Amino acid sequence: MGKTISEKIISEHAGGDLKAGDISVVDVDVVMSQDGTGPLAVTQVEKMGFDSLKNPDKCIFFIDHAAPSPRKELSNSHAVLRKFASKTGAVLSDVGKGVCHQILIEEYSCPGNIVIGGDSHTCTSGALGAFATGMGSTDIAVGYSLAKTWLRVPHTIKVNLNGKLNEGVSAKDIIIYLIGKISSDGATYKALEFGGPVADTIGMDGRFTISNMAVEAGAKTGLFNSDDITREYLKSQGRSGCFREISADPDAEYEKVIDIDCSTIEPMVSQPHTVDNALPVRDLEKVKVDQVFIGTCTNGRLSDLKIAAEILDGRKAADGVRMIVVPASRDVYLQAMKEGILETLISAGAAVQNPGCGPCVGVHQGILADGEVCLSTANRNFKGRMGNTDGFIYLSSPATAAWSAIKGYIADPREVE
Amino acid sequence: MTAEKNILKGNSFKFGDDISTDLIAPGRLFHLRSNLPEMAKHVLEDADPGFASKVKPGDFVVGGRNFGLGSSREHAPAIIKLAGVGAVLAKSFARIFFRNSINVGLPVLVCDTDKINEGDQLEIDLSKGIIKNITSGAELEFNPLPDVMIKILDDGGLTDHITKNRGFNL
Repeated sequence: MGKTISEKIISEHAGGDLKAGDISVVDVDVVMSQDGTGPLAVTQVEKMGFDSLKNPDKCIFFIDHAAPSPRKELSNSHAVLRKFASKTGAVLSDVGKGVCHQILIEEYSCPGNIVIGGDSHTCTSGALGAFATGMGSTDIAVGYSLAKTWLRVPHTIKVNLNGKLNEGVSAKDIIIYLIGKISSDGATYKALEFGGPVADTIGMDGRFTISNMAVEAGAKTGLFNSDDITREYLKSQGRSGCFREISADPDAEYEKVIDIDCSTIEPMVSQPHTVDNALPVRDLEKVKVDQVFIGTCTNGRLSDLKIAAEILDGRKAADGVRMIVVPASRDVYLQAMKEGILETLISAGAAVQNPGCGPCVGVHQGILADGEVCLSTANRNFKGRMGNTDGFIYLSSPATAAWSAIKGYIADPREVE
Repeated sequence: MTAEKNILKGNSFKFGDDISTDLIAPGRLFHLRSNLPEMAKHVLEDADPGFASKVKPGDFVVGGRNFGLGSSREHAPAIIKLAGVGAVLAKSFARIFFRNSINVGLPVLVCDTDKINEGDQLEIDLSKGIIKNITSGAELEFNPLPDVMIKILDDGGLTDHITKNRGFNL
């Protein structure tokens, strides 16, 4: 019997022939945490009495969630990470460099790797054909110390993205649609493996968006085959050397196969307060927005900012709408600057902030007032997520977010002339 | 499990489906992540504002479907444990929360929580996999943990397991 992508990668890293359901200790290639989970990981490494890390150049500490620091307690946590990285030789990715998941795909994750991260959206690297999954600080501390973890090989749900995407519809709409269909625990403990003509052609940025949100269906990771698109992406990052082809065997065994006709998908939103509370934009009652947020590890990449700029070019955000734009990384920021994208966005009224997580986690840079509505391109809209349990978060694609900023209410980007 | 840890007794605090880590340990308290005892005073505050002041050592958090969905923040199960909670019971758990709970030594049990009401007195036998609802008289079973998780729990959590064995011994 053939193997799924997860079975192949985990078997290689366990030095054995594993099938879904097997549990094994495995080697890991890349280990990371961020400023919310890193300090506890440091405490745990020290508690276990390790003086050094196994592969420090593949152990990364990101300062992105509260960067730059809005208060002294967090400044002190950041200082802990800087000091520990300096002592152990681990990599420190400091304020302004970008969101951890974006930097992993730009610089670290390779097809066939096992990547573990102290952040649930570590699954983003699955788009490169890496088995990438989120864990807590203690598991990450063990990963830093030993370059090992234990894994249960997940069963896999194959998702065939058939048909073709319509104008105004993007990867974000596909993944919101899928989560709405299978619910926020529809893939718990499972791996999602995406295939089909749309997966094969959608481009890396679209794949990253889809893999990023795999965890919003409960999945352990969200995988794509590595192919010519992956190869070209890695080449553009100066990382051709880490490319290898990874795909499932034709006779791999799936727990379930879901066929989606992407031709039928419309621009979607997730309504408060769960991601699976999904609805086509045109079925919404008129929802006035106070804040529009374009950015994050889900949709803060160059193509996302570009599509927003195309819609906002020569237009303005409506009165009463605050528009916040946060490029996912320094490279994205620089490239958007060179291409005039930032100028277009700023002219339309955007407040462009430094690369990082921005207001996504509710720590700083755009906390909602009581009763306010935010339309966000992020991946999560849980109650309290953006710093206020009395705020209301809707999730959408960058195109929907940009068009809604202009209209002042959540609006269908297919109306753009 | 060691014998003295086998039996847990306490009262239940009921919560609904989809209790996210944002409701357990919200981002607005991000600055308290390096001060867990202080953060524990706010545990589950956004789901039940009075919970932290009502819960007594040994009591149980009883959720519905998909308990702990969202962030990888281990601080969520850690502050539930610090608040004195003996175990979390739910119909299902989000993956990372479940794994983190074992790592910090907080028992997480999958069972039919519709059979438990707010305030019910429960007695849980971890080794036999049985929950007795003293209040209603009902007896529930819960799914046994995978062996690797039992080994980690037995050692007192993952850091103790690694310290004891200088590596994995699962």
